[in-house]
Amino acid sequence: MPAATSSIIRFQDAAKVFPGRGSGAEVRAVDGVTLDIHEGEIFGVIGQSGAGKSTLVRLINALERTTSGDVVVDGVSLAALNESRLRPVRAGIGMVFQQFNLLASRTVAGNVAYALEVAGWPRARREARVAELLEFVGLADKARVYPSTLSGGQKQRVGIARALATNPRILLADEATSALDPETTRDVLDLLQRVNRELGITVVVITHEMDVVRSICHRVAVMERGRVVEVGEAYQVFSAPRHDTTRRFVATALRDRPSPEVLARLRTRHTGHIVTVGVDEVAGSSAVLTRTLREHGVDGTVVYGGITEVAERPYGSLTVELVGDGGSVEAAVAALRAVTWVDDHGRADA
Amino acid sequence: MTEDWERLTPLLWEAAGQTAYMVLITLLIGGFLGLALGLGLYLTRPGNLLQNRAVFAVLNLAVNVVRPVPFIIFLVALGPLTRAVIGSTIGIEAFTFAMSFMATFVFARLVEQNLVSIDPGVVEAARAMGASPLRIVRTVLVPEALAPLILGYTFLFVGVLDMSAIGGYLGAGGLGDFAIVQGYRQYDWAVTAVVVVIIVVIVQVVQWLGNTLARRALRR
Repeated sequence: MPAATSSIIRFQDAAKVFPGRGSGAEVRAVDGVTLDIHEGEIFGVIGQSGAGKSTLVRLINALERTTSGDVVVDGVSLAALNESRLRPVRAGIGMVFQQFNLLASRTVAGNVAYALEVAGWPRARREARVAELLEFVGLADKARVYPSTLSGGQKQRVGIARALATNPRILLADEATSALDPETTRDVLDLLQRVNRELGITVVVITHEMDVVRSICHRVAVMERGRVVEVGEAYQVFSAPRHDTTRRFVATALRDRPSPEVLARLRTRHTGHIVTVGVDEVAGSSAVLTRTLREHGVDGTVVYGGITEVAERPYGSLTVELVGDGGSVEAAVAALRAVTWVDDHGRADA
Repeated sequence: MTEDWERLTPLLWEAAGQTAYMVLITLLIGGFLGLALGLGLYLTRPGNLLQNRAVFAVLNLAVNVVRPVPFIIFLVALGPLTRAVIGSTIGIEAFTFAMSFMATFVFARLVEQNLVSIDPGVVEAARAMGASPLRIVRTVLVPEALAPLILGYTFLFVGVLDMSAIGGYLGAGGLGDFAIVQGYRQYDWAVTAVVVVIIVVIVQVVQWLGNTLARRALRR
Protein backbone atom coordinates (compact mmCIF):
# COMPACT_ATOMS: atom_id res chain seq x y z
CA MET A 1 0.00 0.00 0.00
CA PRO A 2 1.12 3.60 -0.26
CA ALA A 3 2.75 3.52 3.15
CA ALA A 4 5.41 1.07 1.95
CA THR A 5 8.64 2.85 1.18
CA SER A 6 11.15 0.16 0.23
CA SER A 7 12.08 0.59 -3.39
CA ILE A 8 11.43 -2.38 -5.73
CA ILE A 9 12.31 -0.57 -8.97
CA ARG A 10 14.97 2.11 -9.07
CA PHE A 11 15.91 4.12 -12.15
CA GLN A 12 19.38 5.61 -11.80
CA ASP A 13 19.94 8.32 -14.37
CA ALA A 14 18.55 5.82 -16.90
CA ALA A 15 18.65 6.81 -20.56
CA LYS A 16 17.63 5.11 -23.78
CA VAL A 17 18.86 6.64 -27.01
CA PHE A 18 17.72 5.20 -30.33
CA PRO A 19 20.01 5.79 -33.27
CA GLY A 20 18.45 7.98 -35.94
CA ARG A 21 17.04 6.31 -39.04
CA GLY A 22 19.30 6.96 -41.99
CA SER A 23 20.77 10.39 -41.53
CA GLY A 24 18.09 11.41 -39.01
CA ALA A 25 18.95 12.65 -35.53
CA GLU A 26 19.11 10.18 -32.64
CA VAL A 27 16.07 9.94 -30.42
CA ARG A 28 16.47 10.30 -26.66
CA ALA A 29 13.35 8.33 -25.72
CA VAL A 30 14.28 8.23 -22.04
CA ASP A 31 16.59 11.00 -21.00
CA GLY A 32 18.25 10.65 -17.61
CA VAL A 33 15.41 9.41 -15.42
CA THR A 34 16.00 8.89 -11.71
CA LEU A 35 12.96 7.45 -10.00
CA ASP A 36 11.99 5.04 -7.23
CA ILE A 37 8.93 2.83 -7.39
CA HIS A 38 7.95 1.45 -4.02
CA GLU A 39 7.06 -2.10 -3.23
CA GLY A 40 3.31 -2.69 -3.08
CA GLU A 41 2.15 0.53 -4.70
CA ILE A 42 0.29 1.28 -7.90
CA PHE A 43 2.56 3.68 -9.69
CA GLY A 44 1.32 5.65 -12.68
CA VAL A 45 3.44 7.04 -15.50
CA ILE A 46 1.50 9.56 -17.53
CA GLY A 47 2.48 11.49 -20.63
CA GLN A 48 1.46 12.27 -24.18
CA SER A 49 2.22 9.66 -26.82
CA GLY A 50 5.89 9.93 -27.71
CA ALA A 51 6.84 11.17 -24.24
CA GLY A 52 8.90 8.02 -23.67
CA LYS A 53 6.71 6.24 -21.13
CA SER A 54 6.45 2.98 -23.11
CA THR A 55 10.23 2.89 -23.46
CA LEU A 56 10.60 3.70 -19.76
CA VAL A 57 8.43 0.77 -18.72
CA ARG A 58 10.32 -1.56 -21.09
CA LEU A 59 13.54 -0.71 -19.30
CA ILE A 60 12.08 -2.41 -16.22
CA ASN A 61 11.93 -5.85 -17.87
CA ALA A 62 14.82 -5.03 -20.21
CA LEU A 63 12.80 -5.43 -23.40
CA GLU A 64 14.77 -2.27 -24.07
CA ARG A 65 18.27 -1.91 -22.64
CA THR A 66 19.51 1.32 -21.11
CA THR A 67 22.15 3.08 -23.20
CA SER A 68 23.44 4.76 -20.03
CA GLY A 69 22.52 4.69 -16.36
CA ASP A 70 20.90 1.66 -14.79
CA VAL A 71 17.64 0.14 -13.65
CA VAL A 72 17.69 -1.91 -10.44
CA VAL A 73 14.80 -4.33 -10.06
CA ASP A 74 14.44 -6.12 -6.76
CA GLY A 75 18.09 -5.47 -6.00
CA VAL A 76 19.32 -6.75 -9.38
CA SER A 77 21.16 -4.32 -11.60
CA LEU A 78 19.89 -4.92 -15.16
CA ALA A 79 22.65 -3.08 -16.99
CA ALA A 80 25.13 -5.73 -15.91
CA LEU A 81 23.14 -8.72 -17.22
CA ASN A 82 23.37 -10.28 -20.67
CA GLU A 83 20.35 -11.42 -22.68
CA SER A 84 20.23 -14.99 -21.39
CA ARG A 85 20.64 -13.91 -17.75
CA LEU A 86 17.82 -11.40 -18.22
CA ARG A 87 15.28 -14.10 -19.13
CA PRO A 88 14.69 -15.28 -15.56
CA VAL A 89 14.35 -11.63 -14.45
CA ARG A 90 11.68 -11.10 -17.13
CA ALA A 91 9.84 -14.21 -16.00
CA GLY A 92 9.45 -12.55 -12.58
CA ILE A 93 7.76 -9.48 -14.07
CA GLY A 94 4.30 -9.70 -15.61
CA MET A 95 3.32 -7.42 -18.47
CA VAL A 96 0.02 -6.54 -20.09
CA PHE A 97 -0.28 -4.67 -23.36
CA GLN A 98 -2.62 -2.20 -25.03
CA GLN A 99 -3.33 -4.61 -27.90
CA PHE A 100 -3.43 -7.64 -25.53
CA ASN A 101 -0.89 -9.56 -27.68
CA LEU A 102 -2.51 -12.96 -27.17
CA LEU A 103 -1.52 -15.96 -29.28
CA ALA A 104 -4.30 -16.47 -31.83
CA SER A 105 -3.25 -20.08 -32.28
CA ARG A 106 -3.89 -21.00 -28.66
CA THR A 107 -7.02 -21.16 -26.54
CA VAL A 108 -7.54 -18.89 -23.54
CA ALA A 109 -6.20 -21.63 -21.26
CA GLY A 110 -3.32 -22.23 -23.68
CA ASN A 111 -2.36 -18.58 -23.60
CA VAL A 112 -2.21 -18.53 -19.81
CA ALA A 113 -0.37 -21.86 -19.77
CA TYR A 114 2.22 -20.44 -22.18
CA ALA A 115 3.75 -18.26 -19.47
CA LEU A 116 4.01 -21.35 -17.24
CA GLU A 117 5.60 -23.41 -20.02
CA VAL A 118 8.23 -20.74 -20.54
CA ALA A 119 8.89 -20.70 -16.82
CA GLY A 120 9.29 -24.50 -16.87
CA TRP A 121 6.27 -25.53 -14.80
CA PRO A 122 5.41 -29.25 -15.12
CA ARG A 123 2.19 -30.00 -17.01
CA ALA A 124 0.40 -31.36 -13.95
CA ARG A 125 0.84 -28.13 -11.99
CA ARG A 126 0.08 -25.94 -15.01
CA GLU A 127 -3.52 -27.08 -15.34
CA ALA A 128 -4.46 -26.31 -11.75
CA ARG A 129 -2.72 -22.91 -11.92
CA VAL A 130 -4.48 -21.96 -15.17
CA ALA A 131 -7.86 -22.84 -13.68
CA GLU A 132 -7.08 -20.78 -10.59
CA LEU A 133 -6.01 -17.76 -12.66
CA LEU A 134 -9.03 -17.87 -14.97
CA GLU A 135 -11.19 -18.04 -11.88
CA PHE A 136 -9.44 -14.95 -10.47
CA VAL A 137 -10.07 -12.89 -13.62
CA GLY A 138 -13.61 -14.24 -14.01
CA LEU A 139 -13.12 -16.21 -17.23
CA ALA A 140 -13.34 -19.77 -15.96
CA ASP A 141 -16.02 -20.55 -18.56
CA LYS A 142 -13.87 -19.35 -21.49
CA ALA A 143 -10.90 -21.68 -21.00
CA ARG A 144 -11.48 -23.65 -24.21
CA VAL A 145 -12.30 -20.82 -26.63
CA TYR A 146 -9.91 -18.96 -28.91
CA PRO A 147 -9.10 -15.28 -28.25
CA SER A 148 -10.69 -14.12 -31.52
CA THR A 149 -14.13 -14.83 -30.06
CA LEU A 150 -13.56 -12.65 -26.97
CA SER A 151 -14.40 -8.99 -26.40
CA GLY A 152 -11.60 -6.48 -25.76
CA GLY A 153 -12.18 -6.52 -22.02
CA GLN A 154 -12.13 -10.32 -21.91
CA LYS A 155 -8.92 -10.39 -23.94
CA GLN A 156 -7.30 -8.04 -21.46
CA ARG A 157 -8.41 -10.28 -18.60
CA VAL A 158 -6.66 -13.17 -20.31
CA GLY A 159 -3.63 -10.90 -20.70
CA ILE A 160 -3.70 -10.15 -16.98
CA ALA A 161 -4.14 -13.82 -16.05
CA ARG A 162 -1.17 -14.66 -18.27
CA ALA A 163 0.91 -11.90 -16.72
CA LEU A 164 0.12 -13.14 -13.20
CA ALA A 165 0.71 -16.82 -13.98
CA THR A 166 4.18 -17.16 -12.54
CA ASN A 167 3.45 -15.17 -9.35
CA PRO A 168 5.43 -12.09 -10.35
CA ARG A 169 6.15 -9.39 -7.78
CA ILE A 170 5.75 -6.67 -10.40
CA LEU A 171 3.06 -6.15 -13.02
CA LEU A 172 3.64 -3.69 -15.87
CA ALA A 173 0.53 -2.39 -17.62
CA ASP A 174 1.31 -0.56 -20.86
CA GLU A 175 -1.80 1.43 -21.83
CA ALA A 176 -3.77 -1.61 -20.68
CA THR A 177 -7.12 0.14 -20.97
CA SER A 178 -6.51 2.46 -23.92
CA ALA A 179 -8.15 0.11 -26.43
CA LEU A 180 -11.22 -0.42 -24.25
CA ASP A 181 -14.55 1.35 -23.87
CA PRO A 182 -15.18 3.29 -20.63
CA GLU A 183 -17.19 0.58 -18.91
CA THR A 184 -14.69 -2.17 -19.71
CA THR A 185 -11.90 0.19 -18.67
CA ARG A 186 -13.54 0.40 -15.26
CA ASP A 187 -13.62 -3.43 -14.96
CA VAL A 188 -9.98 -3.80 -15.95
CA LEU A 189 -8.89 -1.03 -13.55
CA ASP A 190 -10.82 -2.73 -10.76
CA LEU A 191 -9.02 -5.95 -11.61
CA LEU A 192 -5.62 -4.24 -11.50
CA GLN A 193 -6.57 -2.80 -8.13
CA ARG A 194 -7.48 -6.29 -6.88
CA VAL A 195 -4.14 -7.59 -8.15
CA ASN A 196 -2.45 -4.93 -6.07
CA ARG A 197 -4.56 -5.36 -2.94
CA GLU A 198 -5.18 -9.09 -2.79
CA LEU A 199 -1.87 -10.31 -4.18
CA GLY A 200 0.35 -7.47 -2.96
CA ILE A 201 1.84 -7.04 -6.44
CA THR A 202 3.54 -3.75 -7.33
CA VAL A 203 1.74 -2.38 -10.41
CA VAL A 204 3.27 0.11 -12.84
CA VAL A 205 0.61 1.66 -15.05
CA ILE A 206 1.52 3.50 -18.24
CA THR A 207 -1.25 5.73 -19.51
CA HIS A 208 -2.13 8.93 -21.32
CA GLU A 209 -5.45 9.08 -19.48
CA MET A 210 -5.46 11.04 -16.25
CA ASP A 211 -8.64 9.23 -15.34
CA VAL A 212 -6.66 6.00 -14.95
CA VAL A 213 -4.26 7.74 -12.55
CA ARG A 214 -7.18 9.31 -10.72
CA SER A 215 -8.91 5.96 -10.19
CA ILE A 216 -6.16 3.63 -9.07
CA CYS A 217 -2.69 5.17 -8.72
CA HIS A 218 -1.07 5.90 -5.38
CA ARG A 219 1.79 7.84 -6.90
CA VAL A 220 2.38 9.22 -10.35
CA ALA A 221 5.22 10.46 -12.53
CA VAL A 222 4.52 12.88 -15.37
CA MET A 223 6.74 12.44 -18.42
CA GLU A 224 7.54 14.86 -21.20
CA ARG A 225 10.14 14.40 -23.93
CA GLY A 226 11.93 11.55 -22.17
CA ARG A 227 12.11 13.26 -18.80
CA VAL A 228 10.10 12.97 -15.60
CA VAL A 229 8.89 16.53 -15.02
CA GLU A 230 6.85 15.88 -11.90
CA VAL A 231 6.48 13.00 -9.47
CA GLY A 232 4.56 12.58 -6.25
CA GLU A 233 1.49 11.30 -4.48
CA ALA A 234 -1.36 11.21 -6.97
CA TYR A 235 -3.49 13.39 -4.72
CA GLN A 236 -0.75 15.97 -4.32
CA VAL A 237 -0.09 16.07 -8.04
CA PHE A 238 -3.79 16.56 -8.72
CA SER A 239 -4.42 19.18 -6.09
CA ALA A 240 -1.22 21.16 -6.61
CA PRO A 241 0.19 20.48 -10.08
CA ARG A 242 3.48 22.31 -10.55
CA HIS A 243 4.22 21.69 -14.22
CA ASP A 244 2.16 22.93 -17.21
CA THR A 245 1.92 19.43 -18.66
CA THR A 246 0.58 18.17 -15.36
CA ARG A 247 -1.99 20.96 -15.23
CA ARG A 248 -3.23 20.04 -18.68
CA PHE A 249 -3.60 16.39 -17.67
CA VAL A 250 -5.38 17.31 -14.44
CA ALA A 251 -7.80 19.48 -16.39
CA THR A 252 -8.73 16.49 -18.59
CA ALA A 253 -9.58 14.25 -15.65
CA LEU A 254 -12.33 16.43 -14.22
CA ARG A 255 -13.84 19.36 -16.05
CA ASP A 256 -15.01 20.98 -12.88
CA ARG A 257 -13.71 24.53 -13.41
CA PRO A 258 -15.63 26.87 -15.69
CA SER A 259 -13.73 28.07 -18.74
CA PRO A 260 -14.00 31.81 -19.60
CA GLU A 261 -16.72 30.95 -22.14
CA VAL A 262 -18.68 28.96 -19.56
CA LEU A 263 -18.25 31.79 -17.05
CA ALA A 264 -19.60 34.31 -19.55
CA ARG A 265 -22.69 32.15 -20.09
CA LEU A 266 -23.14 31.69 -16.34
CA ARG A 267 -23.15 35.48 -15.92
CA THR A 268 -26.06 35.90 -18.29
CA ARG A 269 -28.11 33.62 -16.06
CA HIS A 270 -26.69 34.50 -12.64
CA THR A 271 -26.20 38.11 -11.68
CA GLY A 272 -24.77 37.54 -8.17
CA HIS A 273 -21.19 37.18 -6.97
CA ILE A 274 -19.63 34.04 -8.53
CA VAL A 275 -16.84 32.07 -6.83
CA THR A 276 -15.22 28.70 -7.45
CA VAL A 277 -14.51 26.83 -4.21
CA GLY A 278 -12.12 23.89 -3.98
CA VAL A 279 -13.37 20.63 -2.51
CA ASP A 280 -10.83 18.37 -0.83
CA GLU A 281 -10.51 16.28 2.30
CA VAL A 282 -10.97 19.25 4.66
CA ALA A 283 -13.78 20.80 2.69
CA GLY A 284 -14.72 17.22 1.90
CA SER A 285 -18.32 17.86 1.07
CA SER A 286 -20.43 20.87 0.53
CA ALA A 287 -21.17 20.80 4.30
CA VAL A 288 -18.36 23.27 5.06
CA LEU A 289 -19.57 25.50 2.26
CA THR A 290 -23.19 25.37 3.36
CA ARG A 291 -22.32 26.03 6.99
CA THR A 292 -20.04 28.95 6.21
CA LEU A 293 -22.62 30.62 3.98
CA ARG A 294 -25.36 30.14 6.56
CA GLU A 295 -23.18 31.65 9.29
CA HIS A 296 -22.74 34.76 7.17
CA GLY A 297 -26.35 34.97 6.04
CA VAL A 298 -25.45 34.41 2.39
CA ASP A 299 -27.51 32.41 -0.14
CA GLY A 300 -25.48 30.07 -2.31
CA THR A 301 -26.57 28.39 -5.56
CA VAL A 302 -24.31 25.79 -7.16
CA VAL A 303 -24.09 26.71 -10.85
CA TYR A 304 -21.20 24.58 -12.05
CA GLY A 305 -18.59 22.10 -10.82
CA GLY A 306 -17.78 18.51 -10.04
CA ILE A 307 -16.45 16.32 -7.26
CA THR A 308 -14.73 13.00 -7.76
CA GLU A 309 -12.12 10.88 -6.03
CA VAL A 310 -8.38 10.94 -6.56
CA ALA A 311 -6.51 8.11 -4.86
CA GLU A 312 -9.76 7.49 -2.99
CA ARG A 313 -9.88 10.98 -1.56
CA PRO A 314 -12.42 13.67 -2.50
CA TYR A 315 -11.29 16.11 -5.14
CA GLY A 316 -12.97 18.78 -7.24
CA SER A 317 -14.57 22.19 -7.04
CA LEU A 318 -17.95 23.87 -6.98
CA THR A 319 -18.79 27.16 -8.64
CA VAL A 320 -21.38 29.03 -6.60
CA GLU A 321 -23.43 32.16 -7.04
CA LEU A 322 -23.48 34.09 -3.74
CA VAL A 323 -26.23 36.54 -2.86
CA GLY A 324 -26.17 38.56 0.40
CA ASP A 325 -26.06 42.09 1.86
CA GLY A 326 -23.09 44.41 1.65
CA GLY A 327 -20.01 42.94 3.27
CA SER A 328 -21.51 39.56 4.13
CA VAL A 329 -20.51 37.98 0.79
CA GLU A 330 -16.93 39.24 1.17
CA ALA A 331 -16.82 37.94 4.75
CA ALA A 332 -18.10 34.53 3.64
CA VAL A 333 -15.47 34.34 0.87
CA ALA A 334 -12.76 35.23 3.39
CA ALA A 335 -14.01 32.50 5.76
CA LEU A 336 -13.94 29.96 2.92
CA ARG A 337 -10.40 30.95 2.01
CA ALA A 338 -9.38 29.90 5.50
CA VAL A 339 -10.27 26.25 4.75
CA THR A 340 -9.79 25.83 1.01
CA TRP A 341 -8.81 27.62 -2.16
CA VAL A 342 -11.29 30.08 -3.65
CA ASP A 343 -11.27 31.54 -7.12
CA ASP A 344 -13.21 34.80 -6.93
CA HIS A 345 -14.90 35.69 -10.24
CA GLY A 346 -16.66 38.74 -8.74
CA ARG A 347 -19.96 40.18 -9.98
CA ALA A 348 -21.07 40.80 -13.51
CA ASP A 349 -21.47 44.54 -12.98
CA ALA A 350 -18.29 44.92 -10.93
CA MET B 1 -3.69 -42.07 -83.13
CA THR B 2 -4.21 -43.34 -79.62
CA GLU B 3 -4.18 -46.97 -80.69
CA ASP B 4 -1.52 -48.06 -78.25
CA TRP B 5 -2.57 -47.02 -74.72
CA GLU B 6 -1.59 -50.54 -73.80
CA ARG B 7 1.97 -49.58 -74.61
CA LEU B 8 1.68 -46.09 -73.08
CA THR B 9 -0.03 -46.87 -69.80
CA PRO B 10 3.00 -48.50 -68.11
CA LEU B 11 5.17 -45.63 -69.38
CA LEU B 12 2.67 -43.14 -67.96
CA TRP B 13 2.80 -44.88 -64.58
CA GLU B 14 6.55 -44.83 -64.67
CA ALA B 15 6.54 -41.10 -65.51
CA ALA B 16 4.06 -40.41 -62.72
CA GLY B 17 6.32 -42.29 -60.30
CA GLN B 18 9.31 -40.21 -61.40
CA THR B 19 7.36 -36.98 -60.95
CA ALA B 20 6.16 -38.09 -57.51
CA TYR B 21 9.75 -38.92 -56.51
CA MET B 22 11.17 -35.59 -57.74
CA VAL B 23 8.38 -33.47 -56.36
CA LEU B 24 8.13 -35.13 -52.94
CA ILE B 25 11.87 -35.10 -52.28
CA THR B 26 12.07 -31.49 -53.42
CA LEU B 27 9.14 -30.50 -51.18
CA LEU B 28 10.74 -32.27 -48.25
CA ILE B 29 14.20 -30.77 -48.65
CA GLY B 30 13.10 -27.41 -50.04
CA GLY B 31 10.37 -27.13 -47.41
CA PHE B 32 12.75 -27.81 -44.55
CA LEU B 33 15.67 -25.71 -45.77
CA GLY B 34 13.37 -22.99 -47.07
CA LEU B 35 11.70 -22.73 -43.65
CA ALA B 36 15.12 -22.45 -42.02
CA LEU B 37 16.34 -19.87 -44.52
CA GLY B 38 13.08 -17.91 -44.29
CA LEU B 39 13.32 -17.86 -40.49
CA GLY B 40 16.92 -16.72 -40.85
CA LEU B 41 15.82 -13.88 -43.09
CA TYR B 42 13.06 -12.88 -40.72
CA LEU B 43 15.07 -13.13 -37.49
CA THR B 44 18.13 -11.23 -38.75
CA ARG B 45 16.07 -8.44 -40.33
CA PRO B 46 16.85 -5.11 -38.60
CA GLY B 47 14.66 -4.66 -35.53
CA ASN B 48 13.91 -8.37 -35.11
CA LEU B 49 14.99 -10.95 -32.53
CA LEU B 50 18.46 -11.76 -33.86
CA GLN B 51 18.98 -8.65 -35.94
CA ASN B 52 22.23 -8.74 -37.84
CA ARG B 53 22.61 -6.38 -40.78
CA ALA B 54 25.43 -8.34 -42.44
CA VAL B 55 23.80 -11.77 -42.25
CA PHE B 56 20.49 -10.36 -43.40
CA ALA B 57 22.12 -8.59 -46.35
CA VAL B 58 23.88 -11.78 -47.47
CA LEU B 59 20.78 -13.97 -47.16
CA ASN B 60 18.60 -11.38 -48.81
CA LEU B 61 20.99 -10.97 -51.73
CA ALA B 62 21.28 -14.74 -52.18
CA VAL B 63 17.51 -15.10 -52.37
CA ASN B 64 17.21 -12.18 -54.75
CA VAL B 65 19.91 -13.53 -57.04
CA VAL B 66 18.69 -17.13 -57.20
CA ARG B 67 14.95 -16.63 -57.42
CA PRO B 68 14.55 -14.70 -60.67
CA VAL B 69 16.89 -16.96 -62.69
CA PRO B 70 14.80 -19.01 -65.18
CA PHE B 71 14.94 -22.57 -63.94
CA ILE B 72 16.29 -24.03 -67.19
CA ILE B 73 19.26 -21.65 -67.05
CA PHE B 74 19.67 -22.24 -63.33
CA LEU B 75 19.97 -25.99 -64.06
CA VAL B 76 22.99 -25.37 -66.24
CA ALA B 77 24.53 -22.76 -63.96
CA LEU B 78 24.27 -25.08 -60.97
CA GLY B 79 26.02 -27.87 -62.96
CA PRO B 80 29.42 -27.76 -61.22
CA LEU B 81 27.86 -27.81 -57.77
CA THR B 82 25.48 -30.59 -58.80
CA ARG B 83 28.40 -32.65 -60.04
CA ALA B 84 30.29 -32.01 -56.79
CA VAL B 85 27.38 -33.10 -54.62
CA ILE B 86 25.60 -35.76 -56.70
CA GLY B 87 28.51 -36.92 -58.86
CA SER B 88 26.70 -36.29 -62.13
CA THR B 89 24.87 -33.47 -63.85
CA ILE B 90 22.20 -35.66 -65.42
CA GLY B 91 19.62 -38.05 -64.14
CA ILE B 92 16.77 -37.79 -61.70
CA GLU B 93 19.02 -37.24 -58.65
CA ALA B 94 20.87 -34.34 -60.26
CA PHE B 95 17.59 -32.79 -61.37
CA THR B 96 16.01 -33.22 -57.93
CA PHE B 97 19.08 -31.59 -56.37
CA ALA B 98 18.66 -28.53 -58.57
CA MET B 99 14.92 -28.37 -57.86
CA SER B 100 15.50 -28.62 -54.09
CA PHE B 101 18.00 -25.79 -54.36
CA MET B 102 15.59 -23.51 -56.19
CA ALA B 103 12.64 -24.55 -54.00
CA THR B 104 14.62 -23.63 -50.88
CA PHE B 105 15.07 -20.07 -52.10
CA VAL B 106 11.52 -19.71 -53.38
CA PHE B 107 10.04 -21.01 -50.12
CA ALA B 108 12.43 -18.92 -47.99
CA ARG B 109 10.92 -15.73 -49.40
CA LEU B 110 7.37 -17.02 -48.91
CA VAL B 111 8.14 -17.96 -45.30
CA GLU B 112 9.74 -14.60 -44.59
CA GLN B 113 6.79 -12.70 -46.06
CA ASN B 114 4.33 -14.68 -43.96
CA LEU B 115 6.33 -14.17 -40.78
CA VAL B 116 6.56 -10.43 -41.34
CA SER B 117 2.76 -10.28 -41.08
CA ILE B 118 2.86 -11.60 -37.49
CA ASP B 119 2.04 -8.90 -34.95
CA PRO B 120 5.39 -7.95 -33.35
CA GLY B 121 3.48 -7.40 -30.11
CA VAL B 122 2.94 -11.15 -29.75
CA VAL B 123 6.68 -11.73 -30.08
CA GLU B 124 7.28 -8.99 -27.53
CA ALA B 125 4.83 -10.63 -25.12
CA ALA B 126 6.73 -13.90 -25.38
CA ARG B 127 10.02 -12.07 -24.81
CA ALA B 128 8.53 -10.36 -21.77
CA MET B 129 7.73 -13.80 -20.34
CA GLY B 130 11.38 -14.75 -20.68
CA ALA B 131 11.14 -16.94 -23.79
CA SER B 132 14.37 -17.58 -25.73
CA PRO B 133 14.55 -16.86 -29.48
CA LEU B 134 14.48 -20.59 -30.29
CA ARG B 135 11.38 -21.08 -28.18
CA ILE B 136 9.75 -18.09 -29.82
CA VAL B 137 10.40 -19.60 -33.25
CA ARG B 138 8.91 -22.92 -32.17
CA THR B 139 5.97 -21.75 -30.09
CA VAL B 140 5.07 -18.34 -31.50
CA LEU B 141 6.31 -17.68 -35.03
CA VAL B 142 5.52 -21.02 -36.66
CA PRO B 143 2.18 -21.70 -34.92
CA GLU B 144 0.95 -18.11 -35.39
CA ALA B 145 1.83 -18.10 -39.10
CA LEU B 146 0.78 -21.71 -39.68
CA ALA B 147 -2.20 -20.99 -41.95
CA PRO B 148 -0.30 -18.76 -44.40
CA LEU B 149 2.69 -21.13 -44.20
CA ILE B 150 0.45 -24.01 -45.29
CA LEU B 151 -0.85 -21.92 -48.18
CA GLY B 152 2.71 -20.93 -49.08
CA TYR B 153 3.72 -24.58 -49.05
CA THR B 154 0.79 -25.41 -51.31
CA PHE B 155 1.95 -22.67 -53.66
CA LEU B 156 5.44 -24.18 -53.53
CA PHE B 157 3.99 -27.56 -54.50
CA VAL B 158 2.47 -26.13 -57.65
CA GLY B 159 5.74 -24.33 -58.47
CA VAL B 160 7.76 -27.50 -57.96
CA LEU B 161 5.36 -29.53 -60.11
CA ASP B 162 5.79 -26.87 -62.77
CA MET B 163 9.61 -27.05 -62.51
CA SER B 164 9.52 -30.84 -62.73
CA ALA B 165 8.00 -30.62 -66.22
CA ILE B 166 11.40 -29.92 -67.75
CA GLY B 167 12.96 -32.95 -66.08
CA GLY B 168 13.40 -34.45 -69.53
CA TYR B 169 16.25 -32.07 -70.26
CA LEU B 170 18.41 -33.84 -67.72
CA GLY B 171 16.98 -37.25 -68.46
CA ALA B 172 15.01 -37.25 -65.23
CA GLY B 173 11.79 -38.32 -66.91
CA GLY B 174 8.50 -37.46 -65.31
CA LEU B 175 5.05 -36.48 -66.55
CA GLY B 176 6.28 -33.41 -68.43
CA ASP B 177 8.82 -35.48 -70.31
CA PHE B 178 6.16 -38.07 -71.09
CA ALA B 179 3.81 -35.41 -72.47
CA ILE B 180 6.55 -34.06 -74.74
CA VAL B 181 8.08 -37.33 -75.89
CA GLN B 182 4.95 -39.43 -76.26
CA GLY B 183 2.51 -36.64 -77.07
CA TYR B 184 3.90 -33.45 -78.53
CA ARG B 185 6.66 -35.02 -80.64
CA GLN B 186 4.32 -37.74 -81.93
CA TYR B 187 1.63 -35.19 -82.79
CA ASP B 188 -0.55 -37.14 -80.37
CA TRP B 189 -2.57 -34.38 -78.73
CA ALA B 190 -4.65 -36.84 -76.79
CA VAL B 191 -1.60 -38.01 -74.83
CA THR B 192 -0.62 -34.44 -74.06
CA ALA B 193 -4.19 -33.66 -73.04
CA VAL B 194 -4.34 -36.68 -70.72
CA VAL B 195 -1.16 -35.57 -68.97
CA VAL B 196 -2.42 -32.01 -68.65
CA VAL B 197 -5.67 -33.25 -67.15
CA ILE B 198 -3.76 -35.44 -64.69
CA ILE B 199 -1.62 -32.50 -63.62
CA VAL B 200 -4.62 -30.19 -63.28
CA VAL B 201 -6.41 -32.76 -61.14
CA ILE B 202 -3.36 -33.21 -58.90
CA VAL B 203 -3.04 -29.43 -58.46
CA GLN B 204 -6.74 -29.13 -57.68
CA VAL B 205 -6.64 -31.85 -55.04
CA VAL B 206 -3.49 -30.46 -53.39
CA GLN B 207 -4.82 -26.91 -53.43
CA TRP B 208 -8.08 -28.08 -51.85
CA LEU B 209 -6.12 -29.96 -49.22
CA GLY B 210 -3.93 -26.91 -48.53
CA ASN B 211 -6.93 -24.61 -48.25
CA THR B 212 -8.70 -26.99 -45.89
CA LEU B 213 -5.69 -27.41 -43.61
CA ALA B 214 -5.01 -23.67 -43.62
CA ARG B 215 -8.61 -22.91 -42.68
CA ARG B 216 -8.37 -25.39 -39.84
CA ALA B 217 -5.14 -23.78 -38.64
CA LEU B 218 -6.70 -20.34 -38.73
CA ARG B 219 -8.54 -20.01 -35.43
CA ARG B 220 -10.69 -17.09 -36.42
